Parts: sequence; C-alpha cells; structure tokens
Amino acid sequence: MVHIRTTITRRGLGALLAAGLLATGLSGCGNSDTGGDAGGTDKIVLGFSQVGAESGWRTANTNSIKEAAGAAGIELKFDDAQQKQENQIKAIRNFIQQKVDVIAFSPVVESGWDTVLKEARDAKIPVILTDRSVDSADKTLYQTFIGSDFVKEGRLSGEWLVEQTRSATGPVNIVELQGTTGSAPANDRRKGFAEAIAANPNLKVVASQSGDFTRAGGKQVMEQFLKANPKIDVLFAHNDDMGLGALEAITAAGKVPGKDITIITIDAVKDGMQALADGKFNFIAECSPLLGPQLMDLVKKVHAGESVPTRVETEETTFTVEQAKAALPTRKY
Amino acid sequence: MSTVRTRVTTITGHRLFWPLVVLLVLLAANTVHRPSFLSVELKNGHLYGSLIDIVRLSAPLILVALGMSLVIATGGIDLSVGSVVAVSGAVACLYISEQPDQDSLGGVLTALALAFGIALLLGAWNGVLVAVIGIQPIIATLILMVAGRGLAQLITSGQIITVNSGPYRTIGVGHLLTLPFAIVVALAVTLVVAVLTRRTALGMIIEAVGGNAEASRLAGVRSRRITFLVYVVSAACAAVAGFMMTANVSSADGNAAGLWVELDAILAVVIGGTSLAGGRFFLSGTIVGALIIQTLTTSVYAMDIDPQTALLFKAVVVIAVCLIQAPAFRARLRRRRPSTVAPAPAAEKQKEQVPA
Repeated sequence: MVHIRTTITRRGLGALLAAGLLATGLSGCGNSDTGGDAGGTDKIVLGFSQVGAESGWRTANTNSIKEAAGAAGIELKFDDAQQKQENQIKAIRNFIQQKVDVIAFSPVVESGWDTVLKEARDAKIPVILTDRSVDSADKTLYQTFIGSDFVKEGRLSGEWLVEQTRSATGPVNIVELQGTTGSAPANDRRKGFAEAIAANPNLKVVASQSGDFTRAGGKQVMEQFLKANPKIDVLFAHNDDMGLGALEAITAAGKVPGKDITIITIDAVKDGMQALADGKFNFIAECSPLLGPQLMDLVKKVHAGESVPTRVETEETTFTVEQAKAALPTRKY
Repeated sequence: MSTVRTRVTTITGHRLFWPLVVLLVLLAANTVHRPSFLSVELKNGHLYGSLIDIVRLSAPLILVALGMSLVIATGGIDLSVGSVVAVSGAVACLYISEQPDQDSLGGVLTALALAFGIALLLGAWNGVLVAVIGIQPIIATLILMVAGRGLAQLITSGQIITVNSGPYRTIGVGHLLTLPFAIVVALAVTLVVAVLTRRTALGMIIEAVGGNAEASRLAGVRSRRITFLVYVVSAACAAVAGFMMTANVSSADGNAAGLWVELDAILAVVIGGTSLAGGRFFLSGTIVGALIIQTLTTSVYAMDIDPQTALLFKAVVVIAVCLIQAPAFRARLRRRRPSTVAPAPAAEKQKEQVPA
C-alpha cells in the first residue's frame, strides 16, 4: 500500500483525480499519516463503521461511541455508511489497509459479510459487532457482539406487569402493538413478553397487530383495538413511537392513558420519556444506544489479546414514572 | 321480464357495481365478526366509530389518488407522491416547530403555504422532466421518489419532528359539523377537481392527451402544457395529503410518512376502473377504490387477522376485485361450460377466487 501511495503522490494531483475510483479507495489512506500506524504509537486505533443517521437513537449511539473513545484515549476513525452495505465493506477494507488495531461496525444488513471479515482475519485485525449481528456460520470471524437483548426487554416489560397485577383477581386484557412484522426486535420482544406474562394466567393478550414501529401505525391499530375490545386494561407497544400514536387514539376514545389503560413501551427515546414523566405511559424498558464505554472496554481487551465473551449485552435499565422524572433532565437522546 | 333483465344488466354492467359490491362484502364481513362494527355514536360532539375511522383515514389516500387519476389519464404515472407527502409534511412541521407560539394561526398558515409552494415546485420538476424533456414518466418520477425521501430526511435531520399545534392538528383529527375535517377537505378537493374536469372541457382534453398526445396536439390541444399541469396538480394533492398524515399524529417522520402511498394510490385508481394505458379516468371509481383499500387495512386490525397472514389476505381481496371487475374475466366465467375448450386454467382461476 505504501508503495502505491508514494507513486501517486509523485505523479501529482492530476493522476490522482484521473483515477477517480482509486482516489476514493485511497482517500482514507492519507489520514493514516497523522498517526494511525499500528505499533508506531501506543494509542489504540479503532475503525468504526456506523449504519447511518436515520434516527435520534442512532445519533445518540454515534455520539456515545465518539465520546467514549475520547475518554478512553482511543483514536477513533469514524465512517458513516449511509445505510449502504457497499459503503460499509469499503470502509472496512480501508481500515484493513490502514492497519487499524481493532475494527468495530454496526452491520447494515445481516448477510454478505464473510469475505470482508475473512480479509480482516487474514490481516489479524480483531472485529467487534455492535448493535446488530451478522448471520455468518463461522463465528470465529468476529470476536464478540455487543448489543441490546430484545428478548430481555420484552421480558422486563412483562415482569413489571406481572408484579403490578399481582393483586388483580379478574382477567387483565392486554393489547399488543408489534413492530414491523418479521423484524428481530418485534419477534424477540413479543417472545420475551409472552414468556414473562405466562406467570399469571389472568394476563391475556386479547389482540396483537403490527404498527410498523411508526406513530401513524400505532394510532391506526389502536383505534380499532379500542372499538373491537370494550375492556382494554394494558397496552404493550414494541417501541415508544407506536405508544405515542396510540395515546392519541386512547384520548379520542374518551379514556385516560396511563390511568384507564396502563401503557408499557420499549426504547426510552426523548418523546417517550416525556410521556412517561407526564404519567401518560406507565413503564418503559430501555433499549440503550449508549454502548460507547462498554465498547471501548472490549476494544482494549481484544487488543491486549484477552478473551472476551462472544455476546455482551448493553447495560440497560427500566423506567417508571418517578424514575423518568428524575432521569429526563440529563437524558442524552 | 326483458326490461327487468335490461335494468339488472345495466346495474351490474356499471363500472362502480363490482367495486361497490366488494366494499359492501368487506363491511358485511366485519359486521359478522363484530355486529357493532357499523355503529356510529356521538362522542364529545363528533361522530365516533370504525366507519368514521375508515372515512377519515382514507382522506389522504383519496387526495393522492385523485391527482394520480389525472396523471394516469394522460398515460403517465407519478411514483413521487409518497416522497412529496413526506417533504410537505416535514417542511410544515419543521416551520411550525420553530415558531415561538405553535398555536398561532398565522404561523400555521405560513407553514402550509411554504410547504405547499415547495410541493408545487417538486410537481413542476416532474412536469418539466416528462412534458419538456420527454423522459418516460415512470423514470422521471422515480427520480423524485428516491431523492424526495432523502430530502425529507435532510429537512427533519433524520429525526421525528413533534409539533404541538392546535390549528395544525385540526387538519388531521379536527371536526367540522361532527364530521372529520380531513374528509371534508378531501371531498371539497374532489368536488373542485370533478367540476373542473367534468363541467369544462378540461377532462376531455386530458383524456385526449392520454389517448394520443400527438393527435391531440394536431387537433389544437396544448398537450405538453396539459401533461405539465397534471404533475403539478398531483404534487399539490400529495402535499395536502402530507399535511393530513402528519397532523394525524402531530409529528413528521421523514422515513415513514407516505411510504408506499404511491402504490396504494395507483391501486385505488385501477380498482376504480381507470386504465393504466390512459385515455379515460373515473374520479368516482378512484374514491371507491381508496375506500376499499382503507377498509381492507382497517378490517385487518378490526378482525385481528394475524399480521403474518394479513398481507396475503389483502392480496387475495385485491386479486378478486381486479378479476371480478374485468369484463373479459366475467365473460369467461359466464361462458364456462363443461364442453368449452381449455377449461383447466379457467377452473384454476375460479378456485382461487372462491375463498375471497
């Protein structure tokens, strides 16, 4: 690589511009002059490729990683893949060429990573997956996967409900707003919740429909739930946005959200936390994007050659109304 | 006898007969599932019930489909309406969210004017690509379909913009004379479009352009100007639909607002009996088509059909509507006798049809 770079530099800018594709491929190389050579300095260099910036959640995720890297004294090379796998593969190849110490990325999609991950392994650069996993059969292609446990989020929601309804004698009717049909968070949250509420036979899911993780979807589905089921005690929404949409439907039906209908959601984004602090929601299981500090710990460990667990869960918590009031002022997303 | 038969044939032969039958069957199925489905009550001074939900939620689709009808009548297609919905909603919500007083009517009206203006520009962009430069409509509008979605995300910075504005909310969930405000707007727009196209020569001219642009030009119609115009009208309809959709949830989501609405709109137009080849259009059919699509979605929720099978359910109904509405298919059904040639494929089709 170094040879090619010097050649190009000698031939000057014109040649570089002429070789348009090559230029993009190597544009990252120039940066490595500023001190990225492995072993040359004692600072660990981490190459990180982010999915994009599609939501407030993702932005908070990016900021957490950048801040944690700075705090841990790790040099971060950050790349935004803008929702495209080819961008991400290109970024990882760039990281390999730059000989970074550790590569971490949040895969845009699940499949198609084997080749580039093998290249990283051949270059002896450890890889960490964040937030989303890959479906490679060869688990040795990456060191570890750090991210939320969706099943656990559903289970925590269900356990809180079981605790709240311990004294209930009659049946408790639950309606569920699922995420996008077939998506991992929707499947897993549903599974975890169902497992938890099985502890109390009075708890019964009377209707469950997909609201596509959107406010409009949540509202439209809830409107029909309210008409089809005269007695709804609990709403379990797979994310805050669907719950926020459902709030409007509940109010329009002349009921008081949070009182007439207990509302449980997952995520804890800002608008959701506000609704919880206002008493319109009753409980939120967090799906935290703030995995930066944990990621940096893992980066240090794999760089030092220590063994790490193959699956690391993000540190997450749950919020009740009181906790939300306390947490809201310092909330980062 | 024969007059009765003639009358029956006239009714069953009407374009709207079969779509209306499907709509009624859907409503009947819901009523069987839950007898109170059709009941409408007065709550807080406005009407409340599943039927009202269907009418209110179909308002944006009716608007988008109206614009789409005109575009399709000229032999074109507009894939960018979903993105225009997202952009107009995002611009309006962003402007309102930056106002010191979100409830001020002036601020909301300025926001609407601004977003509407931008939508008209987007429509003009489509119009120029198709009518002036001569790019095929499906490609020309595909550009904005992709780019517009990106534009909407750029405007919202990829976040969901929440607004707390009473006047803006009214567009989506307000009421006028106990009726949802959204449907009043949709009906008003429908009326204007219907009067303009059917009480003047405009409708005929649009159909002439769709039938044969060159022939109509030679006959003295400014066909390019008409083509340009329908794309602008389509974007304008989409913009108002965007206001309704975002006002419905008081927030603009650049990713999700109006996603796939172009396909629903095309479907509504086709169900309504308008040919994709252009040359004719039926506004009343389009409205029935939009109502069928919304009723279908609401039915899935009201009957709690498993989300995994919901799409299949919708597909079966849509296929049934399209087939039953096709005169060729109905003729084939009537002719079908044991002795007819090639009965096998026909029988297959019949079987698929039954469960719907």
